[in-house]
Amino acid sequence: MFRTAGMRNLFMTPFCLWAGIFIFVPLFCMAWYAFTDESGFFTLENFTLAFDRPYFKALMLSVALALASTIICLILAYPLCLILTDKARDLSTIVSLLFILPLWMNSLLLTMAWQTILEKNGILNQMLRYFSLPDANLINTPTAIIIGMVYNFLPYMVLPLYVSLSKIDKRIIEAARDLGASYMQTFWKVILPLSLPGAVSGITMVFIPALTTFVISALLGGGKLLLIGNVIEQEFVAGYNWHWGAGLSMILMIFIVVNMAVTAFFDTSHEEVEEK
Amino acid sequence: MKSKKIFAACILIFALTLTGCMSSAEEEESDNVVYVYSWGDYLDPEVLDKFEEETGIHVILDEFDTNETMYPRVAEGAVHYDVICPSDYMVQKMIANNLLQPLNFNLLPNATENIGEDFFRQAQSFDPENQFAVPYCWGTVGIMYDTTRVDEIPDSWTVLWDEKYNDEILMQDSARDALMVPLKILGKSMNETDKQTLNIARDMLIKQKPLVQAYVVDEVKDKLISGEAIMGVVFSGEALQIMLANPNYDFVVPREGTNFWIDSWVITRDAENIENAHKFIDFMCRPDIAVINFDYLGYSTPNIAVQELEEDEEIRESPIAFPDHRIYDGQETYKYLGNSMDRYYNNLWMQVKVE
Repeated sequence: MFRTAGMRNLFMTPFCLWAGIFIFVPLFCMAWYAFTDESGFFTLENFTLAFDRPYFKALMLSVALALASTIICLILAYPLCLILTDKARDLSTIVSLLFILPLWMNSLLLTMAWQTILEKNGILNQMLRYFSLPDANLINTPTAIIIGMVYNFLPYMVLPLYVSLSKIDKRIIEAARDLGASYMQTFWKVILPLSLPGAVSGITMVFIPALTTFVISALLGGGKLLLIGNVIEQEFVAGYNWHWGAGLSMILMIFIVVNMAVTAFFDTSHEEVEEK
Repeated sequence: MKSKKIFAACILIFALTLTGCMSSAEEEESDNVVYVYSWGDYLDPEVLDKFEEETGIHVILDEFDTNETMYPRVAEGAVHYDVICPSDYMVQKMIANNLLQPLNFNLLPNATENIGEDFFRQAQSFDPENQFAVPYCWGTVGIMYDTTRVDEIPDSWTVLWDEKYNDEILMQDSARDALMVPLKILGKSMNETDKQTLNIARDMLIKQKPLVQAYVVDEVKDKLISGEAIMGVVFSGEALQIMLANPNYDFVVPREGTNFWIDSWVITRDAENIENAHKFIDFMCRPDIAVINFDYLGYSTPNIAVQELEEDEEIRESPIAFPDHRIYDGQETYKYLGNSMDRYYNNLWMQVKVE
């Protein structure tokens, strides 16, 4: 694309500068805080801290809620994407409208809307009371947090899945049907494996923000449910203990890196299949 | 080779931009300004306009929502502020860490004249010689309750452990404010440092947790106004705002005792506009200005000239707006308990929240 290597480097510099200043320098600062104690000496105490009871509990709760909401997103998104990619009707405009539009709105606002809906005297309970049904006590429960996560992150599952499903060559499916595969067999042996990369990147894109969120749990959990994101926020903001906060953030990053490694593995193995 | 040169050029450009930014910031500082760091929504904007008009000093205002978010920004020297408005125990912590400078009371005639002596005396619990702080707002902490949904006046903190009010209780979401409640029930000091007593207080909060609807900070106002909960632990200033919006609610200070808190103006050690900072603090103590701020905020003021100037009779006569502070004589104010004790409190609170 660029005539010389020099040109290419020139065009690369803005990004490299950006990455350097806003990704590597902060990461280095975090690592520095994570591996030192208050007097500046090397320590691993900030990491073992994660196994202290309160922190470990918060971490496990975060993993559990993030897993639950990822699974729910997958279950909701997959059939939806199958319908949307059905070539019988062209629904791509609807997809972009329904799933990209909410992304333009501030997620804080979306979550606060859910607060209004799920509150004790909220919209949902008012509707239930109108029909003389018992109240649903959802606000400040894990369920409320999962609802918030699914609502916020569903588009990140739908979009990659939709892309990978719509990329499947329809002739392959026709061939499978021609060769006598039933609908179910076509799905399990053809469509599902080919959509796997989309599903995996969807899972990553939902699981990681769900694992690290602290806004959704703060707004919908009423401060009664502490996720690891809230703990880290507390350590930085209320506790003024940046070393602990940084140590916990690094632990969280291990989860993220593992998740990304899994994604990368699926991506490369898929490419190999295609090459063969 | 070529790429190396380009890289060097970029570094140079970057460095130049940085120095550019710095020099422009310096220019601004030499202007007639004062950098103020205060609680969110703690000053009527009209007052700032008036100050700029009268003195020609431009106010640059930043806001914080907790003492704890404010502290590191000032302590790390990330930003230089001239005037700050911390609470009692935080003033003490900042004095202890040499972050404040003594005030020149010759430049603060309005403060000496209008701020009640009793408040300066109460402030001695965190500023022993009244050298550093000028009280700006004060108040208590109590229970705000829906009069239509309780049988008796909940004038004891123990009502927050009453199973009748399951899922109808709002508690404050901060270590000191939360632990203050069980400590008072136990008849202990809110500045308790005995770990065994503190652990008992923590266990009480854990026992209470299933009854609590939510741990809240500023949201408490909205939640009570809309009737989400029957009762909540609130600061007296918020109480007045809630009552004006929803007359069903009333405010009571429990008989076991409460926190007598004072937010004060202080000047930082590194302040660059010391004279302007004094002018700003003095302006805030002027009765006509204090009354504007009071009407806007609803927090009780230590400025003794304000009650006479208040125009709204209902508010002027309200014991919640202008409580007789003498009934709170002997009530405690939070003290700074040292770094490791602070951490112990935070850790206890974390243990309550993950249960």
